[in-house]
Amino acid sequence: MISTQELQAKRPPFSTEKLEEVQGVIKQFPEGRQKSAILRVLHIAEEEFGGWLSPETMDYVASLLNIQPIEVYEVATFYTMFNLEPTGKFVFEVCRTGPCMLVGSDDIIEYIKNKLGISKIGETSADGMFTLKTAECLGACGYGPMLQCGKKYHEYLTPEKVDALMDEYRSKYSTENN
Amino acid sequence: MGRKLLLEHIDVPGIETFDVYRNHGGYKSVEKALKTMSPQEVVEEVQKSALKGRGGAGFPTGMKWSFLAKPEGVPRYLVCNADESEPGTFKDRYLMEKLPHLLIEGMITSSYALGANTSYIYIRGEYYFILEILEKAIDEAYAKGFLGKNILGSGYDLDLYVAPGGGAYICGEETALLESLEGKRGNPRMKPPFPAIKGLYGCPTVVNNVESIAAVVPIINIGADEYLKIGTEKSSGTKLISACGNLARPGVYEIELGLSVEEFIYGDDWCRGIANGKKIKALIPGGSSVPILPAHLITKTATGETRYMSYESLSDGGFASGSMLGSGGFIAFDEDQCIVRNTWNFARFYSHESCGQCSPCREGTAWMEKVLRRIENGEGNMRDIDLLADINKKIEGNTICPLGDAAAWPVAAAIRHFREEFEWHVTHPQDALKGNYGLLSMPSITL
Amino acid sequence: MVKVTIDDIEIEVEEGTTIMNAARMIGGDVVPPAMCYYSSLPGTGGKCRTCLVEIAAGSTKDPRPMPKLMVSCSTQVQDGMIVKNRTSEKVIENRGAVVEFLLINHPLDCPVCDQAGECDLQDLGFSHGKAGTRYEEERRTFDPIDIGENIKLHMNRCILCYRCVHVANQLTDQRVHGALHRGDHTEISTYIEKAVDNDFSGNMIDVCPVGALTDRTSRFKSRVWFLNPMNASCECTKCSGKAVVWMFGKQMYRVTTRQDKYGEVEVVDGKPEWICNECRFDKKDLSKWTIEGPRHIDRHSVISQGHYEKPNPLKNATKNIE
Ligand SMILES: Cc1cc2nc3c(=O)[nH]c(=O)nc-3n(C[C@H](O)[C@H](O)[C@H](O)COP(=O)(O)O)c2cc1C
Ligand code: SF4
Ligand code: SF4
Ligand code: FES
Ligand code: FES
Repeated sequence: MISTQELQAKRPPFSTEKLEEVQGVIKQFPEGRQKSAILRVLHIAEEEFGGWLSPETMDYVASLLNIQPIEVYEVATFYTMFNLEPTGKFVFEVCRTGPCMLVGSDDIIEYIKNKLGISKIGETSADGMFTLKTAECLGACGYGPMLQCGKKYHEYLTPEKVDALMDEYRSKYSTENN
Repeated sequence: MGRKLLLEHIDVPGIETFDVYRNHGGYKSVEKALKTMSPQEVVEEVQKSALKGRGGAGFPTGMKWSFLAKPEGVPRYLVCNADESEPGTFKDRYLMEKLPHLLIEGMITSSYALGANTSYIYIRGEYYFILEILEKAIDEAYAKGFLGKNILGSGYDLDLYVAPGGGAYICGEETALLESLEGKRGNPRMKPPFPAIKGLYGCPTVVNNVESIAAVVPIINIGADEYLKIGTEKSSGTKLISACGNLARPGVYEIELGLSVEEFIYGDDWCRGIANGKKIKALIPGGSSVPILPAHLITKTATGETRYMSYESLSDGGFASGSMLGSGGFIAFDEDQCIVRNTWNFARFYSHESCGQCSPCREGTAWMEKVLRRIENGEGNMRDIDLLADINKKIEGNTICPLGDAAAWPVAAAIRHFREEFEWHVTHPQDALKGNYGLLSMPSITL
Repeated sequence: MVKVTIDDIEIEVEEGTTIMNAARMIGGDVVPPAMCYYSSLPGTGGKCRTCLVEIAAGSTKDPRPMPKLMVSCSTQVQDGMIVKNRTSEKVIENRGAVVEFLLINHPLDCPVCDQAGECDLQDLGFSHGKAGTRYEEERRTFDPIDIGENIKLHMNRCILCYRCVHVANQLTDQRVHGALHRGDHTEISTYIEKAVDNDFSGNMIDVCPVGALTDRTSRFKSRVWFLNPMNASCECTKCSGKAVVWMFGKQMYRVTTRQDKYGEVEVVDGKPEWICNECRFDKKDLSKWTIEGPRHIDRHSVISQGHYEKPNPLKNATKNIE
């Protein structure tokens, strides 16, 4: 078992503010049921620590919840929202399920692939900006084709809208990093 | 257009805030229940309303509530199933996004009825933005004294929390949901024991869909007798339908159960027909798990009677010529859609979403996906079609949870009604992927 | 006490008994095969679905047949229940299907697998499987990994019974391996390289019904049916010290727990006699054990073919090799 000091050396721990948020989540559940907080804490950790869950991040979450690291690995690998490898700055998750397919999601996926110059779903554009993934039905079937990026849904996609979206995220990134 | 019990005020600006919602009759059911009714009376009212669970299985909500065990000194829980992941279904999202207080009001009234002092809304992780909307509304409700200690001076306490999932359709299955809420992998539990006896943390628990809980609000407000007047004899009340696929006007609609399917698809108040003036080829009326209906069985049943949007009429004819209302995910296919491709797409969905615990589902869904992919890509043979039929028979009924059945039914129904189209894919390998068997050349369909 | 009839044989058992355990009290062919259930590991069962049986009558109170086949390992008997196992065609057919499901992705590498000869899947395939396969797709593959110094994991052979996870949960204080990913990608692993080095972790090898977990200290040394199993005991501070040692002439090739006819660790006075890793891996020396006598293995026919209980088994064995 890795000590907390070692953990903190490897991985910047949550800020006091985030730690309070985590404590708040743990308090939503009865005494001794802190494991219930795991999914929400993993979401927070992923956002805080570079958009993916490294083994160190997961070990850190295990230590916060006082459970074994394997319990975190088991959970994190079960749920598809968690990135277990580093991604681009923005991840486009395009819904590929039936109802979206009926209204053209296949074409949108193909379009994004070409636009990013990647050959496979799961790859990241050469500039490290966008990763393309597919997702299963995201509950926007009447408004397809659609994609999710971060917490946001983008619906009624067309090639033009995808272009505009990419520009928007690019400029968002450059303003945030200048 | 029919009565609106849930979405009546959805277009009112600011309805997502406490004050506007309250000004439009919000939280009245909480006042009525806590001040004038005993918990048992609320349960009886819901039982009398004949409300059927809106999550898909259609189990009577009041009956489920009456099964809840009440051992002394053990907490009871109400858990709202907001995992909404059944392809074709997006109504719970619509309701929560626009009317967060309606769900919260339903949770308070229902929790009171069940004697739960802590309740959870388990929401799919992808809906994190809705989790934030709900939490904001919950904060308002606490501030106004509708949550927390001694609600409205009644002596009743309730804490309400929202917990996100992490991306797993199976967590919509109620016992997988409870596992997930306990912070584990979403592996469904073996039943019995049912959640009503041993649910969250081993305590008696009721799991209900978002829409079922929201429907408790009008039931308490207008009374079960009035509610029973809406809908049909066997399907009381209103239902949210998520209309999608190739419809001219997709979206979420609240219908009175018993509306004709024809009116819903073609009526001006509703979907306004198939997009781009095309013809309808097939329909899945209740989410991806229910059997697909070919064109001639959509607006009429096999015996030539009008098909209605109700539990009983959509299932008329059983699996041979009917389907199910399910979750109300209403997916229309136009004449250019390929049934094989869609069947493969759904098979891939179920294989992707199988938790992998039990061997028939884990292995069988992946096997079906591979065979269907080959057929769709022009690499199938006639044997494969029978093989598929056999695999799904061997999954069905032999698994821990109904996901196995949900994966098997769509394949079985597609082969039952569109066998020629599968065979065409085998006999026309070069056309199979890009070409489309199409509607008009389909011999078994009379328009 | 409640009365239950299984394949036309009536037996009285305590309330709360599962169909599986009632069948085991009768014994013989009536007992459904179990690939995931393991009596000494509470929480196991329900996953593999090989133990499906037909319930022709639910109980005296409600004698309706049950529409679905039920898993005998996790279904409790009711008074007046009528169960059909090998007398039900539906059971035979569907169990055959389950076996097919378990085999479609199996590498069928028995000729190089250490479990061959004492593998439950091999036995099951033999008794319920069909010759030939309808599976034309690519099989899923994983690379073999070491989990700890002494245990090899061949995920390709794993049937995901979760028994080894329960062993780690129940016998060790820190589980480091588990089930990762989901669906047909589910895999037993440690995620990142971590050693499984708890005192009792070796018992995972014994509960594994297939050759997914094998003992690295005895791998590839010999086919199990050439070995001579003996009951042996030793003074051990960590465990009961009661084991089976598998001899090849004077050489001790491996040490395992003592298992009953269902392949489960023997239970003495209510306690399962698990053995510690030291006994299993580090005491491959006759001088450290007291030999009690030959061990009768009546489960896997192929082992019994070695006729090891007759005098001079070694002679037979070498003849077989030649
Ligand atoms: C594989 C599977 C997925 C399910 N997904 C959902 C879901 O997303 N939302 C839901 O409310 N019910 C879902 N259900 C049904 C639930 O198990 C449960 O019956 C329902 O939440 C009960 O609520 P109700 O009685 O109010 O409908 C699913 C069931 C299965 C088997
Ligand atoms: S049927 Fe599928 S999803 Fe349900 S428990 Fe079995 S493997 Fe998991
Ligand atoms: S490794 Fe063996 S014991 Fe563990 S789950 Fe796989 S088959 Fe079962
Ligand atoms: S199918 Fe794409 S959101 Fe539902
Ligand atoms: S032994 Fe009963 S399901 Fe595996």
